[in-house]
Amino acid sequence: MRHILIIAATLFAASAQAETPRDFLTRFEKEAGAVASVERGARFFATKQGGEWSCASCHTDRPTQAGLHAKTGKAITPLAPAANAERFTDAAKVDKWFRRNCNDTLNRVCSAQEKADVIAWLLTLK
Amino acid sequence: MKRLAARPLLALLAALALPAHADNYGVPKNAAFEEECTSCHMAYPPQMLHADSWRAMMNGLSKHFGSDASIDEKRRTAITDFLVAHSGGRKTGDTRDAQCKPLLRISETERFAKKHREISAATWKRAAIKSPANCTACHAQAAAGNYSDHSVNIPR
Repeated sequence: MRHILIIAATLFAASAQAETPRDFLTRFEKEAGAVASVERGARFFATKQGGEWSCASCHTDRPTQAGLHAKTGKAITPLAPAANAERFTDAAKVDKWFRRNCNDTLNRVCSAQEKADVIAWLLTLK
Repeated sequence: MKRLAARPLLALLAALALPAHADNYGVPKNAAFEEECTSCHMAYPPQMLHADSWRAMMNGLSKHFGSDASIDEKRRTAITDFLVAHSGGRKTGDTRDAQCKPLLRISETERFAKKHREISAATWKRAAIKSPANCTACHAQAAAGNYSDHSVNIPR
């Protein structure tokens, strides 16, 4: 019995660490209580939302390619999971970057719906 | 006794050796610093600012030169300790502004101004340079901590 518990705990820990972009899409859709829209995500990504920058200002309008920080010019690895397997696999990083970047581009936090839409769109990019 | 006598000599040798290394700003290895501070910009050497400046910087990350660079508290404390431990002392020159607040920009320190006194405002604005924050534009080996005059190449 104890062994089963240990195995179960290990499996749970492993699954909690290695998340996939789809897991985040599901999480934000659940939080929003609505399915994501690819079109809305594409529009949101490319358009300025009140701030000086849009998402595309740094990540480009085709985030399968590398981006450039709009201010410092530092290279940014591609955001689309198809081009960069590391993206959307770590909850702490996903939460950190949505928190900071939404604040920079929208001057507020992003809604769960907005996050779901963007991820849904990013997942369509090949 | 012999060992004691050697001490002042060693100190003198160390002092003489200093000018040769004055432009060496290699960034000490630190995983948290690397991950958190270099995603958006180059690794600015901790030696280039006073400890007070780093403390002030790390206390205002949610408004970091116009961007939200906030990080979790554990890492914020760890990185602050790292920066303070390797911060520059008097070498950076005056690191306080007219209101006695710690300077946050390396480019506003006395040493930076002195070292760059020949660079005109127009040069800073060149497309390949953009701003005094872009060290690597002219100091090609800045990432390796080499800011020596001999390795400067100002792009047209």
